[in-house]
Amino acid sequence: MDPIFQLDDTQALLQGSLQRWLNDHANFDQRAKLLAAPGAIQPLWAGLAEQLGLLGAALPEAAGGQGGGLAEHLVILQALGQALLPEPYTACVVTGAGLLQRLGGATAQRLLAGVADGTVRPVLAALEPAGRHHIDQVASRLGADGRLTGRKTLVRAAPQATHWLVSARDDSGTLRLALVLPDAAGITRRDLRLADGSWASELAFDGTPAEALQDGDVLPLLQQVADEALLATGAEAIGVMQRLLHETLDYVRQRKQFGVAIASFQVTQHRLADMHTALLQARALVGATLAAMGQPAADRARAVASCQVQVARAARIVGQSAVQLHGGMGMTEELAIGHGFKRLTLIEQHQGGLAVHLQRVARWQAAQALAA
Amino acid sequence: MTSTTTLPADGQAFRAEVRQFLAEALTPEMRLAGRRTAGIFTDAPEARPWFAALARKGWSVPHWPVEWGGTGWTPRQHDIFASELAAAGAPANAPQGPCMVAPVVLAFGTDEQKQRWLPAIRDGSDYWCQGYSEPGSGSDLASLQCRAVRDGDHYVINGTKIWTTHAQYANRIFCLVRTSTAGKPQQGISFLLFDMDLPGITVRPILSISGDHELNQVFFDDVRVPASALLGQENQGWTIAKYLLVHERGGAYTPALRARLARLQSMAAAAFADSPADDAERHAAFTGLADAQCRIDALQALEQQVLGDRIAGRESPIAPSVGKLLGTELRQHLTELAVLIAGPYAAARLPIGEAGAHALLLPEDALWAMGTYLNDRAASIYAGTNEVQRNLIAQHLLSAH
Repeated sequence: MDPIFQLDDTQALLQGSLQRWLNDHANFDQRAKLLAAPGAIQPLWAGLAEQLGLLGAALPEAAGGQGGGLAEHLVILQALGQALLPEPYTACVVTGAGLLQRLGGATAQRLLAGVADGTVRPVLAALEPAGRHHIDQVASRLGADGRLTGRKTLVRAAPQATHWLVSARDDSGTLRLALVLPDAAGITRRDLRLADGSWASELAFDGTPAEALQDGDVLPLLQQVADEALLATGAEAIGVMQRLLHETLDYVRQRKQFGVAIASFQVTQHRLADMHTALLQARALVGATLAAMGQPAADRARAVASCQVQVARAARIVGQSAVQLHGGMGMTEELAIGHGFKRLTLIEQHQGGLAVHLQRVARWQAAQALAA
Repeated sequence: MTSTTTLPADGQAFRAEVRQFLAEALTPEMRLAGRRTAGIFTDAPEARPWFAALARKGWSVPHWPVEWGGTGWTPRQHDIFASELAAAGAPANAPQGPCMVAPVVLAFGTDEQKQRWLPAIRDGSDYWCQGYSEPGSGSDLASLQCRAVRDGDHYVINGTKIWTTHAQYANRIFCLVRTSTAGKPQQGISFLLFDMDLPGITVRPILSISGDHELNQVFFDDVRVPASALLGQENQGWTIAKYLLVHERGGAYTPALRARLARLQSMAAAAFADSPADDAERHAAFTGLADAQCRIDALQALEQQVLGDRIAGRESPIAPSVGKLLGTELRQHLTELAVLIAGPYAAARLPIGEAGAHALLLPEDALWAMGTYLNDRAASIYAGTNEVQRNLIAQHLLSAH
């Protein structure tokens, strides 16, 4: 598996040991079992936390981590993507811990300390039914009395979480984050499976006791962490696509029709070439975007949006082509191909489809033109 | 992401030096010629004064070895140089001499041959064309038939070459010729370099669909070239041509693409200045420009990665095919966008210099848009069609994994 960027020795060691562990304990035959129920993921989580000790790889040393950052998230997610098991890592560590790390305050720091050892799994509940993918379209209310009322939708990994970080508006209309425990009163909950096999929840709060986690508007922080999660998911997509291309190459070499391997057909070859070049560009751009994440928010957002455009485009080419070249076998639940394709299809829509991310870039261009 | 935000201090100093030179040496006439270039390269009469200016500065062949006139720049400096020239709208110099024949002369030529040919390429006094394709040999280049028969101290050449870019300007040509019919077709090919004014050479112009005269067919009728015209060994020509394909790093595509995107953005700003916000064409144009930016970002990231891999000695052997395929398709995509932005005036057809030469003005950019769209259809055909590039990429994938 070609890395997304040149790994240093520590990162190479981290990724190598994670890949070996996943091959042994979470390979495709074992994957269905890990996803059968929300709680069934526990062996994976315990493995990441205890056997591999990598839940803290990307977290600051002050929080019990090893002092890494977004780069380590990408290294880990490329491997988890290859294994088709991105959750609950993305939801809990990239987004959940990413928020806690920057929130400050005693509660956030206490929770963060539990992430590295696997005891705390925080997830963000941000989206609402009427808001589509917009994290700023929030109607949920957090009263001055600490009671939360509102509705959250498609909260990834919520069934596996120990803590929910729920966005809601306070009495002044400011966007805040509220800490809610899953067993608190006033919660209606529906756990459901997503098309990629992972778990999520629909949540409704009615006067639910909650703890406000910060002062002031949380939207800039939510946007920053959303940008980081988008890039991290790009790295995951690279892992998925590398697996699909690799398995497709194996398949077209051995599958014979009309007396010859289907790899000998030029239409097959051209499709493979297009898969490869789309993937190469996506991989390079995810790596380049990592280096652009320290820029001011507008430039960071434009870099991430541009990256997602290429990731989404490559995801469609690689995913659809992998199914097509596998023929009927690509349509079955028996091969990893179809599962990878479904995951890529959701990644294509992550934080909005192509049109949304193109519009972000177009707005940036318009602002640049005005400034010039 | 952009070169303006992330350059280290020494890069900024170098960029300032390049900009200073451009401000002094790139005349308004040269900029206009660059702006009017619809093809891949600017016509020689306009481009050669610019090449001469570069030569006087010592920057005409920056990628050559220093002892032959190269600059010894870092890859980053080469990248800055290309980006600045593209952004300034400098004429696009034809690569046949400096980038195509020179690398193989350096790799396969004798000392005498290097002395004979390289200095005149560097200072711009020689202008080269390439004799590869023939009417019956395009993608299947190894089937070429143009014959060279040894006769004492000479080779006698009979046959024809086609798609010979700028043959009408060239005083020298490098040719693949058949010197043997024994064995596989690839084994009987030789690489000859000679003068275009020899008796028996005729050049027939070929007008392309854009109205440009870039291409030609060259005929050889008992043309006697001295045996010292042979590069490398007899029947080694295919090896040399393949070396050139791998080492012909025409450089990155994205510096020129970014410059072109900036031009399209200003075209669109002018074209839609008075359009309502919900105008369908306007929406298509600005979404298209955002999309183009994303595509350029992706290709630039890949080109930078390939550059880094090359410096570290890890370059994939298939990287030139990937770069050609993606670079030319993106170029073509930008020309489609140019036509969309140009709108109705893209339909006008007259020499670009005449657009403003009348009381009733026609927009020059619109004429350029259609010219470049038509001309650029060639990008997926030349230098190995993109179908051939896809074949090569797939063969690499299927053999490597």
